[in-house]
Amino acid sequence: MKVKEIFETMDYGIAPESSIVAQDWLNKHKGQFQLFIDGKWQTPTSKKYFSSDSPSTKTHLAKIAEANVKDVDKAVKAAKKALPEWLSIGAHNRARYLYALARQIQKHSRLFAVLESLDNGKPIRETRDLDIPLVARHFYHHAGWAQVRDTELSDYKEVGVVGQIIPWNFPLLMLSWKIAPALAMGNTVVLKPAEFTSLTALLFAEICQQVGLPKGVVNIITGAGDTGAALVSHPEVNKIAFTGSTEVGRIIRRATAGTGKKVSLELGGKSPFIVFEDADLDSVVEGVVDAIWFNQGQVCCAGSRLLVQENIAQQLYKKLKSRMKKLRLGNSLDKSIDIGAIVDKVQLKTISELVEQGIADGGKIYQPDNGCPKEGYYYPPTLFTDVSPSATIAQVEIFGPVLVAMTFRTHEEAVALANNTRYGLAASLWTENINLALDVAPKIKAGTVWINCTNVFDAASGFGGYRESGFGREGGLEGLYEYLKPKVEDELKSHPVLNKSSVKANKKSKVTGNEAPNIDRTAKLYVGGKQTRPDGGYSLSVLNPKGEVIGEVAQGNRKDIRNAVEAAHANKKWGEMTGHAKAQVLYYLAENLFIRKEEFANRISAMTSNSIAVAQNEVDLSIQRIYTYAALADKYDGHVHHTTQRNVTLAMPEALGVMGIVCPEEFPLLGFVSTVLPAITMGNSVVVIPSERAPLSATDFYQILDTSDVPGGTVNIVTGGKDELTEVLAGHDDVDGLWYFGTAAGSKMVEYKSADNMKRTWVNYGKFRNWTDNKQGEGREFLRKASQTKNIWIPYGE
Amino acid sequence: MAKTNIKSADKIKANGSIHHHSRNEGIPFDLDLIKDIKINKSAVERRASTIGTRRSVKKEWQAAWLLRAITCIDLTTLSGDDTPGNVHRLCAKARQPVRQDILKALEMDDQNLTVGAVCVYHNLISEAKKALKGSNIPIAAVSTGFPAGQITLAQKLKQIELSVKAGATEIDIVISRALVLTGEWAKLYDEIAQMRKACGEAHMKTILATGELSTLTNVAKASMVAMMAGSDFIKTSTGKESVNATLPVSLVMIRMIRAYEEQTGYKVGFKPAGGIRTAKQALEWLILMKEELGNEWLRNDLFRFGASGLLTDIERQLEHYVTGRYSAVYRHPMA
Repeated sequence: MKVKEIFETMDYGIAPESSIVAQDWLNKHKGQFQLFIDGKWQTPTSKKYFSSDSPSTKTHLAKIAEANVKDVDKAVKAAKKALPEWLSIGAHNRARYLYALARQIQKHSRLFAVLESLDNGKPIRETRDLDIPLVARHFYHHAGWAQVRDTELSDYKEVGVVGQIIPWNFPLLMLSWKIAPALAMGNTVVLKPAEFTSLTALLFAEICQQVGLPKGVVNIITGAGDTGAALVSHPEVNKIAFTGSTEVGRIIRRATAGTGKKVSLELGGKSPFIVFEDADLDSVVEGVVDAIWFNQGQVCCAGSRLLVQENIAQQLYKKLKSRMKKLRLGNSLDKSIDIGAIVDKVQLKTISELVEQGIADGGKIYQPDNGCPKEGYYYPPTLFTDVSPSATIAQVEIFGPVLVAMTFRTHEEAVALANNTRYGLAASLWTENINLALDVAPKIKAGTVWINCTNVFDAASGFGGYRESGFGREGGLEGLYEYLKPKVEDELKSHPVLNKSSVKANKKSKVTGNEAPNIDRTAKLYVGGKQTRPDGGYSLSVLNPKGEVIGEVAQGNRKDIRNAVEAAHANKKWGEMTGHAKAQVLYYLAENLFIRKEEFANRISAMTSNSIAVAQNEVDLSIQRIYTYAALADKYDGHVHHTTQRNVTLAMPEALGVMGIVCPEEFPLLGFVSTVLPAITMGNSVVVIPSERAPLSATDFYQILDTSDVPGGTVNIVTGGKDELTEVLAGHDDVDGLWYFGTAAGSKMVEYKSADNMKRTWVNYGKFRNWTDNKQGEGREFLRKASQTKNIWIPYGE
Repeated sequence: MAKTNIKSADKIKANGSIHHHSRNEGIPFDLDLIKDIKINKSAVERRASTIGTRRSVKKEWQAAWLLRAITCIDLTTLSGDDTPGNVHRLCAKARQPVRQDILKALEMDDQNLTVGAVCVYHNLISEAKKALKGSNIPIAAVSTGFPAGQITLAQKLKQIELSVKAGATEIDIVISRALVLTGEWAKLYDEIAQMRKACGEAHMKTILATGELSTLTNVAKASMVAMMAGSDFIKTSTGKESVNATLPVSLVMIRMIRAYEEQTGYKVGFKPAGGIRTAKQALEWLILMKEELGNEWLRNDLFRFGASGLLTDIERQLEHYVTGRYSAVYRHPMA
């Protein structure tokens, strides 16, 4: 083109990033890659290879080995073998390796960026300026955590061998989110990249060799779904970390149910992008560009639902449309494009079909005529307006450059629309009113809330979902726990630990006989702060160990669980109380229990045949336990993370919502208090299934709750058949979390059934705690399990 | 919204460049246009930081774009030690900004390529006029108590009249920053409107001195008021403030230009000034204009750089494009 011509047209030209070095690297491997196991390249037992192509041009890039069950086994064994040495070299040496990885990634950053862009189809600008710098940052940040693991997290230890399965949308970044914290916490890793995008993971394997990482610490096995499934089901894998679709996440949760494998899942999303009338609309437009036209919209936390205040909607749509006309599509290595290629024809087809569905459902579509390149898999930026929440495209994750817009009238309606989804990964909200922003942010069910920004990430901040967007966090302090387990877990027993404390009878306390209470006093259920009759109209006898009837309780059924869950949801008051106010109520509980401690001791003694002294000890410990949580109610707070941008990143622990608590059979009172108190301390409302064998301490507790200003619906208690009731809770889609302390079989059932709505579970796999031991029976770990961290990003500056 | 007096398009400007749009006649002061303006600094900075990374202009495109940048330069000298001598040199450079052999290699030697204007203090208008005779290059004079503007309005108006009389066809005025900082928007409007009247046919570039306006929201409001009062251009800085032209400030101002056009139909020009020294920076600003406003704002009737050193760097880059060798400053005739 002649300079004179361009001088007149002032068009952009082509500005391709060179791929020579990346091609050389592919050639060096003769276009074929093996499995990286035990520090060596190993040919796959399967003898099979699959093709990796460039979505921008549909050209073949390399042949990739497909790992089968035997290969997976080899990799897991290598990781297991490497574990002792990896631990023995100590925190500092692990920190040095992580630091070396960070440095080495930085040194080869452009090769990584070009390779990623070639393999995935995403613009080189994004891999160069966002993906790869974030990767290096992740390793740097976690090199630091590696160094201080033993001092900062001294109550925890590594999990062991970790299996990690990552998606194709941010291949190397997701690798870093998985590998960096795993290694920093002393684990060894078997990682499977997505079959569309294996190349940067394989380059990373080379980097591991270059820095001399001990062999077997990181193993990279390539392949598709079957390879992943083999990894998930391998018995020697202690933890699975997965990022991908909710559908596959659910399969993983079910496949690992009851095995004791730790699981963290980062799944899909349909994140709201909320624009209030006082927002800086020109900045909002750029926010939308970053939200949904970043990485072709193939972002799990993409702001794909635009919720606009009705009075500014038309103005914003107009601005958006004129901005969309300026978006440039093209080859991923062109430095002048905004949107690259869709990763694969399968994905392109999914997007096209959903858009067709959107049109059929009556949505008004806008696509600028920007000229999609003919070669490769491209899809134009798309805006749907006049979409109703009931339309398919408003509900399902499209995973493409398609934005769906809806309007709202009030702040309350904005929140309701934002939360009208099964997902809960992220949200972005735009307003210049800090009062509004900080009012709305906690009300949105999402793990990340970006105020006046979107798709901003940093290693120091946790990222992860609420609801069906999965559980667990990646990044920040909160992310480390996914790769740690409390040391006390090693002390748990495979049989119930009973109160064998050699408590001597307290001579000062007056024991008033231990005959059974009057049989006529039949406890009802406790729902919504009231004693209610069970739906079925049946009662169950409570027997002492000698088989004598010592009381009766109501036999709760499905409907009683349903009613209890509804009552728990209806209680808004408890969750909104301050930590101090909750502490006051909890201290009051302890006070009222203290007043009636003899009665409670007698009851425990009657149910367990323990001596009165031992029973009194249980009551005393229960009072102490309540004190612990009253103490922590205003102390288990969040962090302000040191992220790299100019903003305050608030990591706030929030209640899960409504939790089911299935109490241990042993310790009728202490077991109840130890499990219910941490859950309500975090602001949850709970539905409790007390000890089936010894439920009367829990039913006696109704009166303590009634007299202690606990708002009705905070604690709901349903007595009856434990397994039957637990199954109803596990299968209830409006229960957000479920703790289960019972059998191995029950634990498996809870995890399996909870996969449907991805409720957070905590089960004991048939292992037993010593509830009289404060280390095992209480503490911050319980509060952590009863909460989830929301990171709120608040940029500032005027 | 009042669209007063829109004249027919495409009138020929004094310096020969085609004037594609009607001149901004201003509109009555309208507080509604500014009272709800909100600018989010962090978001603006984020957008500004990716302007130069989302687009890349290389090879012949870069050469062409840099030549276009030259035609948009207000080649400026605003120093206490300006003399007829250095102003003559500046004007000579304005006529012949790039070595002829380079232009020839680019097949641009037949374009009569000049800078957009020469910008001087009032005292040197007559010297510039002599030196630019026959060239059609406009003379811009800084005025109204430049750079601080701390003189009476009457004095400011007088200065404008004198400069116009002396032959300046473009007047770069400064606003009273105090009126922005105290929120006296109507008074600011009145002052600028009176200055515009004093300019007559001469085009008025209104310097906001954004480095002294404290917030981007103030920058946006001042931009809008300046346009309502009839500015032909809005300009970031005098070059004498501690912070001068930045991309975030520019982004805010040009978004206001877009909003004003949507409201009134008038296209207002933009001039970043101060601190723009490299060819790379010039390209970033051109990309910014193209992305946010469109190609019309890549011509010197709607876009100018206020700069003195920028041209030298552009010349070096052009020579590099032609020869493939990195160039030295001394190889290019100085201004």
